[in-house]
Amino acid sequence: MLIGVSVLVFFMVRLIPGDPAQILLGQTASQERVQELRAQMGLDRPLPVQYLLFVRGAVTGDLGDSIVTGRPVTEELLARFPATLELTLAAMLLAVAVGIPVGVIAAVRQYSVLDKVTSVLALTGISMPIFWLAMILIVIFTVQLQLLPFPGRTSVPISSITGLALVDSLLTLNFEGFRSALLHLIMPAVALGTIPMAIITRMTRSSMLEVMNEDYIRTAHAKGLMPRRVIFKHALRNAMLPTVTVIGLQFGLLMGGAVITETIFAWSGIGQIAYESINRRDYAMIQAVVLYGATFFVLINLLVDVLYAILDPRVRY
Amino acid sequence: MTEQAQAGAQTDVVGGRVESRGRWRDFRRVFFGNRLALTGTAVMALFIFCALFAPIIAPYDPYEQDLTAKFAPPTSQHWLGQDELGRDILSRLIYGARVSLTAGLAAVAFATVVGTVIGVTAGYVGRWVDSVLMRLMDVILAFPTILLAIVIVTILGPSLTNAMLAVGIVNVPQLARVVRSAVITVRERDYVEAERALGAGNLQIVRTAILPNSLAPLIVQATLTLATAILDIAALSFLGLGARPPTPEWGAMLTDAFRSGFGVFVTGQHAIIFPGVAIALSVLSVNFIGDGLRDALDPRQRR
Repeated sequence: MLIGVSVLVFFMVRLIPGDPAQILLGQTASQERVQELRAQMGLDRPLPVQYLLFVRGAVTGDLGDSIVTGRPVTEELLARFPATLELTLAAMLLAVAVGIPVGVIAAVRQYSVLDKVTSVLALTGISMPIFWLAMILIVIFTVQLQLLPFPGRTSVPISSITGLALVDSLLTLNFEGFRSALLHLIMPAVALGTIPMAIITRMTRSSMLEVMNEDYIRTAHAKGLMPRRVIFKHALRNAMLPTVTVIGLQFGLLMGGAVITETIFAWSGIGQIAYESINRRDYAMIQAVVLYGATFFVLINLLVDVLYAILDPRVRY
Repeated sequence: MTEQAQAGAQTDVVGGRVESRGRWRDFRRVFFGNRLALTGTAVMALFIFCALFAPIIAPYDPYEQDLTAKFAPPTSQHWLGQDELGRDILSRLIYGARVSLTAGLAAVAFATVVGTVIGVTAGYVGRWVDSVLMRLMDVILAFPTILLAIVIVTILGPSLTNAMLAVGIVNVPQLARVVRSAVITVRERDYVEAERALGAGNLQIVRTAILPNSLAPLIVQATLTLATAILDIAALSFLGLGARPPTPEWGAMLTDAFRSGFGVFVTGQHAIIFPGVAIALSVLSVNFIGDGLRDALDPRQRR
């Protein structure tokens, strides 16, 4: 799978119009100079060789320099990674912490008013453009209510250790910084987490409904077990399987969403740099973001398969 | 098998019509009995009406600027107010229905046609063709869709057409998978065998027996894809990879308002709210229709 992904990224980047050497040197550069740089970049070698060099670069973390900043792209991405990690984890935590309980309650009380309201709300959540939700949040919470700060990650300086603002501020006992970082995190996390939350709610509800119709649930009820115990121990555990798969798939959405969310909230993560490199046609950077993004996504889904085996003892690898 | 069931299977062979008439009545009963699906259809009809008759309905020229009325709030003349260049937001939304809905439909049409061809080929031919095509689809699915769409538009150059194409391409695998699994279940049915026995060629079998009977899941998936396609095209526009200013596309309208500076959050709130409502309403109604279609076309999901 990763081989397929790397081949596709490699060829797609080669398809981007324009000779990278020419772009680097500008239109006025002499033909010899361009040829020289092409040789230096390995662009004159046969495609299979170029591909192998590219894979070696990807594995060793050497994917070239950013055309804009001149720094190695992997270095730049690593520096930005903690901000994105913090944002996506917060969004995912929110989505799971709200989505699963609400989905369970909706399923247990099927056809109740609560069930209908959550169904419509969840569908609305899926139907909103993420950048619109983000802007509406800013209008309500920053401009109207003046409760939440915008933009950026913090308004109090926090010394960087791990790059995760919340962790760093706690480690340095900087409680003012912690509070600021937390308040700054709320709106982006809600904006980014709403769609996964809605999807997880829907998935949990429908797989719970399916499981609740199974014979073993009726048996458990017939044995005289407490309904609560039946729901949580017997039903939820089995209903979690499809939900876990869906959670894994949400990371793909989160990566796309992060580009938009980070742009709006001036959140200095990978999403923001992706947006900037698109606008500046910084191909080395785009290539690295997409390649590592896809790799990360494949690995997450691999992790989901492993989780599957833990949740469902019938699955063994 | 009882006599009746056999007779039922035979109507399949003789002609889809006998069976499909009953199915159509059944479909209408369930679909139009679903209040949400009905609402979705009504809202969508309204949007389509706006798109078709935009020049007649729109009170103003969507491109006409009035820099003295920057972010002017809603009034009796300008119902939804004016945007960062003093253009009438209602008129832009009405014209925007043309751009945004057409773009979404075009992307889905592309994905549906290509996905169907790939799905039918993989499912009907089977063997190594199936493996190769499906592995290719898996690779595409391995990418987060927006990221892949971003790369495709970067390759092709930013424009609304290329954004449509990119969103179309990233949605091909989903549709191909749905079609393939439908084809595989249909392939071994008796009526396909009967067609073959009657001397029908592969193409004819696909056309008369396989495709019509795989249609239901395809329609449902295509409708739900339309919802995400509208959102994705708006997102690409937001990233500067789709519709360019001054095109009155809903996503681009939000982008232009956002890029005009922080002031929009204070004085131009209406310029943010209404285009988003238009996007959310259209996507929501498509989702309602999709859910309704699924309940009506897929008896197994019916409750």
